[in-house]
Amino acid sequence: MLEVSGLGKTYGEGETATHAIGDVSFELSEREFVCVVGPSGCGKTTLLKCMSGLLEPSRGQVVLRGRRIDGTPPEMALVFQDYSRSLLPWLSVRGNVMLPLRHKKLDKAESARLVEEAVEAVGLSGFLDRYPWQLSGGMQQRVAIARALAYQPEILLMDEPFASVDAQTRGDLEDLILQVRDRYDMTILFVTHDIDESVYLSDRIVVLTPSPTEVREILDVSLPRPRDQVETKEQPEFAHLRAHVYRLIKRAGPKPAEPAQTQAG
Amino acid sequence: MSARTRRLLELAVEIAVPIALVALIWVYTDTSGTFYYPPLSEVFARFADTWLFERVGSDVWPSLRRIALGYGGAVIVAVAVGTALGSSRTLRRATGPIVEFLRSIPPPALIPFGIVVIGVGDDMKVFIIAFVCLWPVLLNTIDGIQGIDPTLKDTARVFGISGKDRLLRVTLPAASPQIFAGMRLSLSLALILMVISEMVASTNGIGFFVLQSQRSFAIAEMWSGILLLGILGYVFNLAFMVVERRVLAWHRGARASSLG
Repeated sequence: MLEVSGLGKTYGEGETATHAIGDVSFELSEREFVCVVGPSGCGKTTLLKCMSGLLEPSRGQVVLRGRRIDGTPPEMALVFQDYSRSLLPWLSVRGNVMLPLRHKKLDKAESARLVEEAVEAVGLSGFLDRYPWQLSGGMQQRVAIARALAYQPEILLMDEPFASVDAQTRGDLEDLILQVRDRYDMTILFVTHDIDESVYLSDRIVVLTPSPTEVREILDVSLPRPRDQVETKEQPEFAHLRAHVYRLIKRAGPKPAEPAQTQAG
Repeated sequence: MSARTRRLLELAVEIAVPIALVALIWVYTDTSGTFYYPPLSEVFARFADTWLFERVGSDVWPSLRRIALGYGGAVIVAVAVGTALGSSRTLRRATGPIVEFLRSIPPPALIPFGIVVIGVGDDMKVFIIAFVCLWPVLLNTIDGIQGIDPTLKDTARVFGISGKDRLLRVTLPAASPQIFAGMRLSLSLALILMVISEMVASTNGIGFFVLQSQRSFAIAEMWSGILLLGILGYVFNLAFMVVERRVLAWHRGARASSLG
């Protein structure tokens, strides 16, 4: 349904130009959960911004159901890494989740239902009238997820959404996103730098090289669903995939550092 | 000392010191009051005669009307223009030097111009008050709008929030802490310019009354006018704080929680 072909992004011009993304191509099918992993600083966020229409790619294109993406398409929602900056502190949980629905021309009852359902799906029903800053980090990210769910996107893009929460909460949120995926029947593109997370969540993993980014390898994850934090991670295939992705990223890493030069002085 | 007794003690000091000061002035001026420093009891008596409520209609109301129109008008224009300038780099560059120049003019210097062009009536005073109040709000609005977090802008774009919703529910609230800082600064300037404009070419107003009393050697009346201006300034500030606390409650909450 979504096709990224020959995508490239260069910042600046001439000698000072930075090639953030070299040449990235991959596809997403309906209802697929795809994780994009890569070494840190490999232009994952830039890639996601190009895919969501927030940034104009320098080369190539992103095609959604045969239509080239130009500007932010209404079929997409994005969950940002930094929930504290993407939620609106002057609006309650209800207000935050409701805001994107206001321009959708739904009747009042319908949008109220969407909001309540989404907030319930992320387990925050009792917190509709709280403000984001009254909630913990993990709960704030749940609000951001609820906002994306209520918007009813066909594709949900997630930019390292669980990178700023503690490990325990992270596991809970991973399971939560798998649950809501089934419930809301969405296609999800999940960007992360956490290899375990990518193996645990996805149907397919797109492994990237360092900047200028290219696709190193795309691998299928045939671990059975539903996944479980303990059982899934015990399976030999999990360990095997994890090791494989790890090697891909290591090999893709920057060249070994030159011997340190001692400065005379 | 427990935190509670400490707070009570602090509150007591806060109340007691001003009262002690007033008592001191009262006693001092009562025994050794001079022509220029009449007994405080007399000032209070004049205050009651003048401002409760004989001259409310003739002087207080015109003054309040001027400050409300001047300040209110300035805030509306400044927020509107500031939002436009804050959102466009080109506009900002084009208008930057003009804004810097205009705001550098000491506003009382415009009174002679105002008298000639607008006349000696209320309009001139409203204009002078508005002119001085405009800049702090304008510059703070520009700053506030410019400083909106890029993540927040991206959020609005991804979720298709545009037009009125974007302005009223994303952009202006995000800039509101800074807009309020400018409005607060402007409020004290408004009172100053109200008094100054009423001291030049005027026939009523509290500023006019203070000057007129001094010229007719009614020194106690003059002091009562100064006292009223002090009270007004205090009340304005208090009212502003109450509104700000309500409107920016989220800001205080968010800041407190981010500081942990």
